[in-house]
Order: sequence, then C-alpha cells, then structure tokens
Amino acid sequence: MSILEARDLRRSFTSTSGMLRRHRKETEAVKGVTFDIERGEVFGLLGPNGAGKTTTIKMLITLLLPTSGSASILGYDVVDDAREVRRRIGYVFGGDRGLYERLSALDNLRYFAELYAVPAREQKARIGELLELVGLSGREGERVEGFSRGMRQRLHIARGLLHDPDLLFLDEPSLGIDPVGARELRQTIASLRTQGKTILLTTHYMFEADELCDRIAVIRQGELVAEGTPAQLKQRVTAGSVLEIDTFGGVQDRLERVLAVPHVRSATVDVRAQAETLVVALDSGSDVTAAVLAALDGIPLGRVVAREPTLEDAYVELVSS
Amino acid sequence: MTGLRSAVRVLVMGWWLQLKIVAVNAFDGVLNIVYPLFFATTALLMYRQSGSPQALVYAALGAAVMGTWSAMATSASGALQSQRWQGTLELLVSSPTRMALAILPITAALATVALYSLVATLVWGRVVFGIEVPIVSPLAFGAALLVTLASLATFGFLLSVTVVRYRTGWALGNLLEYPGWLLCGFLVPMDLFPTWVQWIARALPPTWGMDAIRAAASGASPWRDIAVCGALGLGYAVLGTYLSERLLDSARRHGTLALT
Ligand SMILES: Nc1ncnc2c1ncn2[C@@H]1O[C@H](COP(=O)(O)OP(=O)(O)OP(=O)(O)O)[C@@H](O)[C@H]1O
Ligand SMILES: [Mg+2]
Repeated sequence: MSILEARDLRRSFTSTSGMLRRHRKETEAVKGVTFDIERGEVFGLLGPNGAGKTTTIKMLITLLLPTSGSASILGYDVVDDAREVRRRIGYVFGGDRGLYERLSALDNLRYFAELYAVPAREQKARIGELLELVGLSGREGERVEGFSRGMRQRLHIARGLLHDPDLLFLDEPSLGIDPVGARELRQTIASLRTQGKTILLTTHYMFEADELCDRIAVIRQGELVAEGTPAQLKQRVTAGSVLEIDTFGGVQDRLERVLAVPHVRSATVDVRAQAETLVVALDSGSDVTAAVLAALDGIPLGRVVAREPTLEDAYVELVSS
Repeated sequence: MTGLRSAVRVLVMGWWLQLKIVAVNAFDGVLNIVYPLFFATTALLMYRQSGSPQALVYAALGAAVMGTWSAMATSASGALQSQRWQGTLELLVSSPTRMALAILPITAALATVALYSLVATLVWGRVVFGIEVPIVSPLAFGAALLVTLASLATFGFLLSVTVVRYRTGWALGNLLEYPGWLLCGFLVPMDLFPTWVQWIARALPPTWGMDAIRAAASGASPWRDIAVCGALGLGYAVLGTYLSERLLDSARRHGTLALT
C-alpha cells in the first residue's frame, strides 16, 4: 500500500475585494491532482509560483479541507481521520516564520514535543538526538530571535521530526538559505532518506530536486503535467541535447525562426547578467547547430555550448509549453 | 487515563512556556503594568473628591480588577493574531493536540501576567494615594482573586478562539474593553444601569468576581459569588472548547489559518 494516496484533489478559494461593491472571485488553486507516494521515497512536487504546491500540501496535512476529491495517509483519510493523520506526519515550511522567537530552541522543541505527545521520558533523548542531527547542539539554550535563517530552518526541521513521523512534508525548506547552508540542508535530507523516511519536498531549485528526489511531479496552474523519476523527466521532454547560446540583443525576435529549424523541440530565452542566453532543446542524434546559428544571423553572439539536458531544461519546457 | 495525564501536561507546559513568551517581553511587561496605572490614577483622583475613605477603597479594588480585564480583552485576541503572523498558528492546529488544549494555556498565561498588573495597581493606590485596602479575610480574598483570574482566562479563551476563524477577530477584544469597564461594576455600581444591561453584566464572570473580591475584603461572605464566577468561567471554557472545534473546521474550509 502506498503511504500517501491523493485522488482528484481540488481546492478553490473565494476572495472578496472592493470596499463598497464587494466582488467575489473564485480561484481554482488545485484542479484535480492525483498521485501516490511510496514508503521510503523522496517525492518532489515542482511548479512555478502559485501553481498550487502549498495548497496541495495543506490539504494533505489537514490544514485545508479539499473542495472535492480525497486523500489518505497510511490508510487514514485526511478529512475524516485528521487527528490520526496528524500524529503520523511532520510539516516544515521555508522562511523564518513558524517558531516562537522569544523562546529558546530547546523550549520550542519541548513545547512541540508536548503537543505531539512525545512521552515525557523519551523527550530529552529525542531532542538531544535531533539537535545533533541538525547541528544545533550547544546552541539550544539561546533564544530563536538571535538565530540566523539557516539555524531557524534547521530547528524547524528538528521540530518536524520530534514525533518520528512516517511522512515528512518539506515546503521549500531551502528558501533564503545560503549555498553552504543549502548544501548542509540537502545532506540532512539525504540522511533522512537513508534512514528510510518518506518525504514530500517542494523546491524551486532543480538541481536540489534532481539530487534528492526519487520521483517528481510537476504541477502547473493546479494540474499535474508530468510525473516520473528525474531521469525519465529529462528524457521525456528533452530526449536529445541542449544548445546554449549567449546573445546580446534582439534574440526575442528570432525565436520563431529558431523554432522553425528541424529537430528543434523548444527554445527559451534566459536573461542572465550580461547576456540573454538562448536555450534550445534538440532531438537526440541531431546536429543542427549550424542551422540554429544561421537563424540567428545578424545579431551579436557570444559563447555557444552544447550540453546534456538537465532537470531544469525539462522543467522549463513542461511549465512553459 | 493517559489521555488525561497528557492533557494536563500539555496545559501546564503550554502555560509555562507561554508565560515565558509574554513575560520576557519587557515592552509588553512595562505596558501591562504602567497602562492600567493611568486609568487607576484617573479613577482615584475622581473618587478622592468624595472625601470618603470607603469610596476610595471601592475605587482601588475596582481599578485593580479593571486592569486585568483590559489586559485580557486586548491581549487574548491579539495573542492568537500574532501567532498567525508568526506562522505558529498553523503548527498548533496541525498538531494532534486538541485546539482547546493548545489555546487555553495562552490565555491562562495572560491571566497570570494580569495578576502583576492587579498587584501593581493596589501597590500604587497604597503608595501614591495612601489607600489602605483592608482585607478582612485574606484566604477568601485570595480565592476570589484566583477564581476571577481563572474565569477571565476562559473568557479570553472564548475571545481568542474566534481569531482562529476570523482574521479580523482580534478587533473584538479591543471593542469589548471599555464596555467591560462599565458592565462589570469596576467603578460604577451596577444598580445605576437598566435591568437588561444588568443581565448582560451578570453573564460576565468578572462582575461576580468583582463582587466576591469586594465582599472578601470587607469581611462579608464571598463564596456564593465565587461559585457563580467559577461556574460561569467553566461555562465559557466549555463553550470555547465546543466553538474551537467548529470554528477550526470552518477555518479549514475557508483557508483562514494562514496570512494569505
Ligand atoms: N488562503 C487563500 N485564499 C485565497 N487564495 C489562496 C489562498 N491560498 C492560496 N491561494 C491561491 O491559490 C493559488 C496557489 O497558491 P499556492 O500557495 O498553493 O502556490 P505554490 O505552488 O505553493 O506557490 P509558491 O511557489 O509561490 O509557494 C495562488 O493563486 C494563490 O493566490
Ligand atoms: Mg508555496
């Protein structure tokens, strides 16, 4: 049995605006999402801002009721058996909220240990272990208001693990963390995975998803548009190679022409510091570099590189097609 | 049995940690003590005109309890609103502990802090205005204070529960602050009001608590008032617990637990 089963989950929000004449607006944030997560798996949920990732997670962790559809975790329905579900899951979100600023790290953990009914005699050892795991041993007596972003995030993770949940939800845990901190965070997540924890992860960093996730689902405007292992996704979308060409002005007008070149599957422009980089996905086995360059004739070009497709290429194609 | 034990643990631990949160904030702490003193001073200056020592004792006790009412009305709903801001409201709610057990300790901690403001007001009256409040039966006086504060905590609990559902619920507490001053008979005897107002007042636990405190101070028997105050407080706790589950369901339906 899968540890999590989501079936045709939907959620809409009604918002009102306007002072005198109230306008009601209905937004469909999640439009029928179905997926399973297997035990021991790290499952990535990727998608652009506002795609419905957090909304999906909040339905699964019992903070939001689905408008329709259903989901169960370890056989417990997220609506009817909410309390049983809550006992078995952990929830960690990114950013620096979600902690009691004026309490020490230790008190934060003690409080949540109590809320999660961790037996009194196990609490001390458990908290010690977790502080060790997230590298906060020795700092537990300090108040959280003095913690850096990275420390807060690690404390957050320790909090989410207090009751040894079967399934952990990590919603953008690397948000706003510096590269070194993010690397440590990935190590922590990887070690949780080796311990056999099941994790649902969302992130906007594709290399992170590639490194950590066993399986990935891509959500766009409330709908799943692809699902598979990172390798499958890369293959499925950009079966061949990728050409990156730095250009300096005028590339947007040439996109049509580039797309018209045979074997070109997609072309997107990525605005970087000095250049606009044209990223062209090609069918496998084709070598149409010359034709693509010909299509760009007349605009200033810089570096040209051919490389293997990354998850990011696949992602960009999926969410922009 | 283990259910009851862990419920008590959550309540006690929650109260202690929430008390730390409220008490370490020096700014709030000072406000909690200084702010009621201004109102107490106004009241005492006015009552001093009467030249009657009894009237001053009446005002000193009234001002003291009034401070606790103000503190609770304004901060109970604010406390949960700030938890929404902090993102901890969602975490409280997504834990397996019942909402009521997670929220009641918060207002209990606020009531504990309100005790400071009460003592500070009495000391102020003594030191600055030379009002000596005679406490004829200290035991009964202590009991009356405790029950009043406890019932205030459950009343605050009921207020704060609405904040879980309504993002603007925090305004309710501020709205109630001043009417409470009149209704609970802190400074103005209740007989001055029309009957229907008295009925409303009788539904508020501090009204009875105030009577009990005055009775205990003057040597009359406060026990009936204490009992009614306690029963009302319990009633508010039960109502709050019931509403917390209902409003939580509604919050989950309408998506109001988070800021967005
Ligand atoms: N409580 C709410 N009330 C009204 N609309 C909401 C609410 N929560 C989310 N939405 C809307 O639902 C849509 C999906 O939002 P959601 O937060 O799930 O996106 P997301 O994929 O997590 O995005 P991000 O990557 O920015 O975190 C958005 O259009 C958002 O405005
Ligand atoms: Mg999100």
